[in-house]
Amino acid sequence: MSKTIRVLVAKPGLDGHDRGAKMIARSLRDAGMEVIYTGLRQSPEQIVAAAIQEDVDVIGMSILSGAHNHLFPKVINLLKEQNAEDILVIGGGVIPEEDIPKLKEMGVKAIFTPGTQTKDTVEFIKNNVKK
Amino acid sequence: MELINKMLEGDKRSCAKLISIIENDEKGGEKIVKEIYPMTGNAHVIGITGPPGGGKSTLTDKLIKHLRKKDKKIGVIAVDPTSPFSGGAILGDRIRMNDHALDPDVFIRSMGTRGYLGGLSKQTRNAVKVLDAYGCDYIFIETVGVGQSEVDIVKAADTVVMVMVPGLGDDIQSIKAGIMEIGDIFAVNKSDLMGSQRTATEIKMMLDLSENLDRRPPVVMVTANRNENIDKLVEEIDAHIAYMEETGNLEKRRRSNFEDELLNLVEIEIKKLIKEKTEADGGIKTYAHQLLSRDIDPYTIRDEILEKINLK
Ligand SMILES: Nc1nc2c(ncn2[C@@H]2O[C@H](COP(=O)(O)OP(=O)(O)O)[C@@H](O)[C@H]2O)c(=O)[nH]1
Ligand SMILES: [Mg+2]
Repeated sequence: MSKTIRVLVAKPGLDGHDRGAKMIARSLRDAGMEVIYTGLRQSPEQIVAAAIQEDVDVIGMSILSGAHNHLFPKVINLLKEQNAEDILVIGGGVIPEEDIPKLKEMGVKAIFTPGTQTKDTVEFIKNNVKK
Repeated sequence: MELINKMLEGDKRSCAKLISIIENDEKGGEKIVKEIYPMTGNAHVIGITGPPGGGKSTLTDKLIKHLRKKDKKIGVIAVDPTSPFSGGAILGDRIRMNDHALDPDVFIRSMGTRGYLGGLSKQTRNAVKVLDAYGCDYIFIETVGVGQSEVDIVKAADTVVMVMVPGLGDDIQSIKAGIMEIGDIFAVNKSDLMGSQRTATEIKMMLDLSENLDRRPPVVMVTANRNENIDKLVEEIDAHIAYMEETGNLEKRRRSNFEDELLNLVEIEIKKLIKEKTEADGGIKTYAHQLLSRDIDPYTIRDEILEKINLK
């Protein structure tokens, strides 16, 4: 039996809607994954603490507020500090094309901008999670 | 085992990894349980059950808050249903408990039922053992929360808090047969809503009619989202455990729960054995075919199977 992939889906930042995050949560569930949904306005510290307790394979953050250049590095550094850098960090939302290379360099494994098919996200996770 | 040592030192990541191994890998899980077992038995295990949307997660959040003031270490296992179609799940109980994410003395873990029926997951009990060894004073198990299938929680907890809400109306009547025996404490949540007093009265009336209750369960009205009257509920939880200890009922319940757990474990192995030993002949399917054609009767086949696994 293959291991069930666990994904934490978070919607950090101050903007209020999480439709996109909920949609991706449902697609991941339909692809057989366990999705821990932590809701709106989580701080990077809270996200990392939850990811560790839930022992997830992936953290997916949906960011619309433009705070991506702050939030992603914060999460990645916290994971490093807590010896949990094996957790895959991916992102989605409105992120300008020119910011993506820098984010990837910092350790964000993939960025899914609006218009990405959810099946691509599912595929990416399945291919990149360590079995 | 390195992970166990680190968990015992209080490392959350190791604690989380141990629970994952138990959930994913039977053999590895067995080794862990064997090793930590002598260190368990100290936590007070509390089941939180009741209808979906009744406020179980919100209430658990507030119970944590109150018990943290007394400096108690808390574990939570929150179970949500796994989709039978995809095998996936959305586990959303944490949303209500985010305030405690950074508290070093609170550990919250979400679990999918993964095909297990009855409001818990197959490994809930073993996950509780990990949190017990981890040093939690109180461990909450939040169940899936669907009507009759909640009976399981009694077999995994020392105290069961049944969360009820106003407006269930006739539902109370229809589910009472199942639930009146399950709840050690009834919490009428959403007391800010109309009809909560009436719901509390109805529950009390039904409890009065129930026979063979050792102890009449208290009914506490709470408003979880406003943090109202939670201290009263904590008091009742502690009173229940004190009563259980004094009367010897705690030992009695734990012993009977272990009976159930043991039978369960053996049953699983026997089923596996049957599968293994009949595989060469085409498995249980072949037997079913024979039954279908009326070639042979069920009892003869049963004995044949028992012989195959050397039990007859
Ligand atoms: N009016 C009211 N709503 C509440 C109360 N407690 C919880 N809720 C709300 O009920 C909904 C379901 O709560 P949740 O804790 O997720 O229920 P669960 O499914 O039983 O875990 C949420 O929107 C809560 O904010 C309460 O005391 N009064
Ligand atoms: Mg809940």
